[in-house]
Amino acid sequence: MSILVVAEHDNHELRPATLNAVTCAREIAAHLENSAIHLLVAGHDCAVVADAGAAIAGIGKVIQADATSLGRQLPEDMAPLLRELAGNYSHVLAPASTTGKNFMPRLAALLDVAQISDISAVESADTFVRPIYAGNALATVQSSDPVKVITVRATAFDAGATGSNKAPIASFEFSLEQDLSRFVSENLSISERPELTSANVVISGGRGMQNGENFVMLEKIADKLNAAMGASRAAVDAGFVPNDMQVGQTGKIVAPDLYIAVGISGAIQHLAGMKDSKVIVAINKDAEAPIFQVADFGLVADLFKALPELEQAL
Amino acid sequence: MKILVAVKRVLDANVKVRVKADGSGMELANAKMAMNPFCEIAVEQAVRMKEAGQAEEIIAVSIGPQACQEQLRTALALGCDRGILVTADDEVAPLQVAKMLRELVEREGAGLVILGKQSIDSDNNQVGQMLAALGGMGQGTFACRAELADDRILVTREIDGGEQTVSLELPAVITTDLRLNEPRYASLPNIMKAKRKPIEQLTPADLNVDTDSNLKTLRILPPAERAAGILVESVEDLVGKLRNEARVI
Repeated sequence: MSILVVAEHDNHELRPATLNAVTCAREIAAHLENSAIHLLVAGHDCAVVADAGAAIAGIGKVIQADATSLGRQLPEDMAPLLRELAGNYSHVLAPASTTGKNFMPRLAALLDVAQISDISAVESADTFVRPIYAGNALATVQSSDPVKVITVRATAFDAGATGSNKAPIASFEFSLEQDLSRFVSENLSISERPELTSANVVISGGRGMQNGENFVMLEKIADKLNAAMGASRAAVDAGFVPNDMQVGQTGKIVAPDLYIAVGISGAIQHLAGMKDSKVIVAINKDAEAPIFQVADFGLVADLFKALPELEQAL
Repeated sequence: MKILVAVKRVLDANVKVRVKADGSGMELANAKMAMNPFCEIAVEQAVRMKEAGQAEEIIAVSIGPQACQEQLRTALALGCDRGILVTADDEVAPLQVAKMLRELVEREGAGLVILGKQSIDSDNNQVGQMLAALGGMGQGTFACRAELADDRILVTREIDGGEQTVSLELPAVITTDLRLNEPRYASLPNIMKAKRKPIEQLTPADLNVDTDSNLKTLRILPPAERAAGILVESVEDLVGKLRNEARVI
């Protein structure tokens, strides 16, 4: 049986997390015989994404489901589509993004199977590791369901290579009229910076930043390092910055080469979102802050003095 | 309209958790337990809707051991009208929880179901979506705003790129994100009153649900520890180390 990976995209661009999910699929396929990996691109006017998907190494076929109703990938449309396709596959994978987390459990329930959330390692074709308790424990789980419906923690798998392949693209006709859910509007943050979950460098601010205006100090450093900007829950709850910047157990999971935490105390819920970063720097004036326990390099200092110095030194 | 709210009993969010040495689970004996924080937000949302005259009755449901009565009493003290405890000693998987809730939604004729987006112990983030699928309902997951609009409900969702608003037919399922509201504390008079509110006890069999899951947990282990770091004296020192030792800038 083959593996189906659901591409993450916005009808124009393939999101990088797809490449990590494909790597996970290849790890599973290594435990199976004659298992091909297919990529589903479901959307509207998404041919350019299908082309990008066909170039990913390891993809045997791209299935393009192109319909007006799929343009927003609402779970009420995606789950029935995937149910039609799932019978041909032993595994269905999607990145554990807010999109994948929305439709994959819905799919699993339609198939009457368990869903396996946010896996961080593959032990065999039916056994996987996933973090629980905000990453304070790793559970190894084994599924005996005929179809394994899995969301993949992108930061736990390398991004697969792309550009070398030219997989065939098959179109899949799907139309469903549903009125359970209608798309109304979207309010997306527009940023010139790298995407938070795939950036090589992330600089995050916490309550210690005191207000939203002070995040300009982080922006200046982010500009020099080509870094993405993040924040702790405290900073988001206080209204300093928008929610899509939140790093943590229930926000975004990041694992960059360099993570700089500024004015963040380091609650376990925040650590859950960044402690797999390669190098962690913490700048905080409280020497007792728990963030220093996970930091490779800690600087006990007033951030309002340290940040301008850091900007100068870079 | 009746609102059904699900509440889960979990380890208190502020307690540092340890993995059992034999890999069989977590050290939870005598640990402080509490209502899952996202469920508190769900209860608050339901209570606010009732206060605004949008709901007549709020039913709080918990599935788990007898001790879940504590969390149900908390929900009742916060403003829910009655409780239902489905007793199950072993951990029940999300699909089975969703099946029980679906049955209860049908029995009670609930017009809206509000749940936390995930529990902070198993971190699954599944039950709301599964319940919506099983009940043929629309889902507004990771909600930061929800308002009734005629016979539908508008739900604004926190998504990776920002926010998205969807309009759902009722009955619908909402799962809460952190910014939906700030839960209140129960007042002493309300805690006293809650003691007299009814809690119905059911078993999974009463709801025709078999609690066996096809997903088995083989072992639970602690994650690899990070090697201890160092404190640097100055920004200059820090930049030097990042350039020359860690080589990340």
